[in-house]
Amino acid sequence: MNSVKSTWKRLNKALGRSGMLSLAFLVAVLLAAVLAPLVAPADPNQSSLLDAYAGPSGTHLLGADGIGRDLFSRLIFGARTSLLGPALVVGVALFVGIPLALLASWYGGWVDGVVARVFDLVYALPGLLLAVLTVALFGPGLTPAVVALSVAYIPFLARIVRAAARQQRVSPYVDALAVQGFGVLRITVRHILRNITPVVVGQAAIAFGYALLDLASLSYLGLAVQAPTPDWGVMVSDSDAMLKGYWLQVLAPGVLIVLTVLALTVLGARISGEKPPGYLRRRPPKTVAAEKNRTTVGAAA
Amino acid sequence: MTAPLLELAGLTVDIATEDGGSRTLLDGVDLTLAPGEALGLVGESGSGKSMTVRAITRLLPRAATATGTVRFEGEDVLAMDAGTLRTYRDGGVGLVFQDPRAHINPTRKIGAFLIEALVGNRKVPRREALARAAKVLAEVGIDDPERRLGQYPHEVSGGMLQRVMIASVLLAEPRLILADEPTTALDVTIQREVVGILDRLRRERGMGMVFITHDLDLALAVCGRVAVMYAGRIVELRTADTLHERAAHPYTLGLLGSRPAIDARAERLTAIPGRPVSAFESGEGCAFAPRCSFATEQCETTPPTLARFDGGLVRCSRVEEIHAARTEANA
Amino acid sequence: MGRLLLQRLGGLLTTLFLSSIVIFGSLYLAPGSPENVIFGSRTPTAAARAAVRHRLHLDQPLPVRYWDWLTGVLHGDLGTSMVTGQPVVDRVGSGLSTTLLLVLMSMIMVVVLGLTMGLVAALLPGRVDGVVNALTSVTVTIPSFVASALLISVFAVQLGWFPASGIGQGFAGKVQGLVLPAVALAVLSCGFLARVTRNAVRDQLEREHVQTALVRGLPRRTVLRSHVLRNAMPPIITAVGLLAAGTFASTLVVESAFAVPGIGQLTIQSVAQKDFPVVQAVALMLVAAFVVCNAASDLIQAVVDPRLREAGSTS
Repeated sequence: MNSVKSTWKRLNKALGRSGMLSLAFLVAVLLAAVLAPLVAPADPNQSSLLDAYAGPSGTHLLGADGIGRDLFSRLIFGARTSLLGPALVVGVALFVGIPLALLASWYGGWVDGVVARVFDLVYALPGLLLAVLTVALFGPGLTPAVVALSVAYIPFLARIVRAAARQQRVSPYVDALAVQGFGVLRITVRHILRNITPVVVGQAAIAFGYALLDLASLSYLGLAVQAPTPDWGVMVSDSDAMLKGYWLQVLAPGVLIVLTVLALTVLGARISGEKPPGYLRRRPPKTVAAEKNRTTVGAAA
Repeated sequence: MTAPLLELAGLTVDIATEDGGSRTLLDGVDLTLAPGEALGLVGESGSGKSMTVRAITRLLPRAATATGTVRFEGEDVLAMDAGTLRTYRDGGVGLVFQDPRAHINPTRKIGAFLIEALVGNRKVPRREALARAAKVLAEVGIDDPERRLGQYPHEVSGGMLQRVMIASVLLAEPRLILADEPTTALDVTIQREVVGILDRLRRERGMGMVFITHDLDLALAVCGRVAVMYAGRIVELRTADTLHERAAHPYTLGLLGSRPAIDARAERLTAIPGRPVSAFESGEGCAFAPRCSFATEQCETTPPTLARFDGGLVRCSRVEEIHAARTEANA
Repeated sequence: MGRLLLQRLGGLLTTLFLSSIVIFGSLYLAPGSPENVIFGSRTPTAAARAAVRHRLHLDQPLPVRYWDWLTGVLHGDLGTSMVTGQPVVDRVGSGLSTTLLLVLMSMIMVVVLGLTMGLVAALLPGRVDGVVNALTSVTVTIPSFVASALLISVFAVQLGWFPASGIGQGFAGKVQGLVLPAVALAVLSCGFLARVTRNAVRDQLEREHVQTALVRGLPRRTVLRSHVLRNAMPPIITAVGLLAAGTFASTLVVESAFAVPGIGQLTIQSVAQKDFPVVQAVALMLVAAFVVCNAASDLIQAVVDPRLREAGSTS
């Protein structure tokens, strides 16, 4: 009991108010996705033309779409595909990117040069374009989109891991371990990787957000998740509803995307140890005299 | 007696802390400087010597507050409006910073840095300003000054960059130069050279100088009078000669003891025990008492005042006794 | 400086060359033969199939076809659309000017608004900074298609100020039709640039050399302009380059959302129709736009910061 409490306290301290809020929101979305059949009030694909564009009511919490499907349930089920895709992308990118980055940072020299060049090259191609090309090859679907984005996200994460690992590599403690005869694998995995874990996890959370945006964009274009599967990106593409003025059907999934990505970026930044932006920090009180004497340019006007 | 160039009275600097409190960094500093005089300000880091210079130029961190008075040629610096402050900073006072690498804009050429104030503030034509800059560069001992004007800061050495910084201050021909540890960031071999140049050119131009250093010997070499600071207060203010021969405050004695003497084969350097404290860390008594080998119970509870002693000022309750004991021991 | 220019140009050409191989090669490795697009659902005779394959040079080995295509591209011949039979140059050409105008309009908004917000936030700590910060942390997570949906709902459907899809005739009509798409593209980038600007300016405000300038009695305006802003430029330029490049990629989404006849929409259409020559051409153009933006930002940076000129290293 006590340990739960102290873990909670430590978490609270590490993440801060904004981080905790983000975490809570993400846990809620994740639970909704996992438990969708239990949580959703209706079958997301059950249409009833009588309910077409029904407004919010007891039966349809957020109303229904153009063919009478329950919007709320579709949002809940939509969380599944919307989260699964980016999770796969980040998973693959980490699985491939971390070993490559560690290898490059440990050996340096030409190994590092080659790896860095390849990363730069892939980084030069926009992920969205790569995904669109892949879809052109293999036809639309979540799998080709995920594969393409995974490739595109490898350099994003690997460059960060490489930079962080390089910094560790040149620290005296690594030399000390090497002198003691510890092997490369043991030092990189047990020491370097462990020390850079916060940065990697934080940046992975941020990458998750970006991947979510990219995949939702592709689904919106009809290139990844296909209608009628409920998916946030697909739901935003319901231009029929939009042009008829039923904005809730389109904006509700849009807002969910924005909130989820926002939560991921805030949480990611806190985990990687970035300072919260100024407005969340307590500032020293200003005295009249300090006001008068301050000479920093920033205080102009 | 001429009117003083610079006059500090009860100068105190407090800084607001993150948790809403405030800390005293500088506690009631009184100083006067005659035109053309050089005064050394000596102390360890945190003693408040840099803060004093910042207060004189009103270049304090945003959270800091200065109270008391700073008068430059009779004018209250802390009360100056923006325009007067700029005029004062432009031609009244010049500041040589410790680290020229950080204090000179790396993206602009040395020439642009040197003439910036002349062109911007005094509307000197560019061509003439550059000619003047080249002349001063030559005076601070830089060869081929015309070429240097076209170089970027990262293309020259740290020692040369500090000469550039000194040249920039000399170009403005201020009545007062503030030198904030001007040689600390430099190689030992170059230090004396740079200080020598600064000292010579200042004398030639009759500029006053406040020279800040943690190196007491260096201060004694360039300055007529030296103030030793500890924990945000002046603890001893003497002429260089008397301080050198008859230092009175235990802290100053400690500073003199912790430097290697060339003439004596010292068995061991005597270090001052403990670590230096800041003004806000000192208790109600003498701030130096916890580290002082002469301290009594009274020292821990009653703060000493800066009192006249041997032609100068010393802040120590036991100064007479210590002096007597030392004279006896030496005799 | 000259060396850096050459180096950058070399890197740019290498990237373009490699991506052209990737783009050309991958599309011809696609499952299903390209000529099936032409036959559609019909089953051709062997002779007809062979004739078409010969006409499309599909009977040649891949490297030969790539070489033919590359020399064609270098001579301004991008091939023929498999769907419409038009030269690809014509299909792409009409869309290119629209897309360039769209990206330009969007980037003007991004630079003007993003820089202003970032500067204001940096120079006015406290409440103003807090508000801008809160605003930008939300807008950097709004994807262009959500922004498009929002803008269409409000300004096209509810208020009817702008067309919901397509663009009008003439330059004025074009510009009016591109306003909403440009805003949709700008939303995310604006916030991003504002944040980069704020942090860069804040960083410089705290630098020692700014104190030097202040203590020399220079006017605040001069200090801000020639020390703070000038030195804050490199990260801002990088960000603008990245954002411009990203905006080209995002035209894929936004042009589809607003039915803007640019190369972004053309790409998506051609992908759906498996019109490979067109896909190749536009993909290569988007990659070119992307790398040119990045290389340009690198070079401008070197102009601003002399320390980057002789470094020669790229990472």
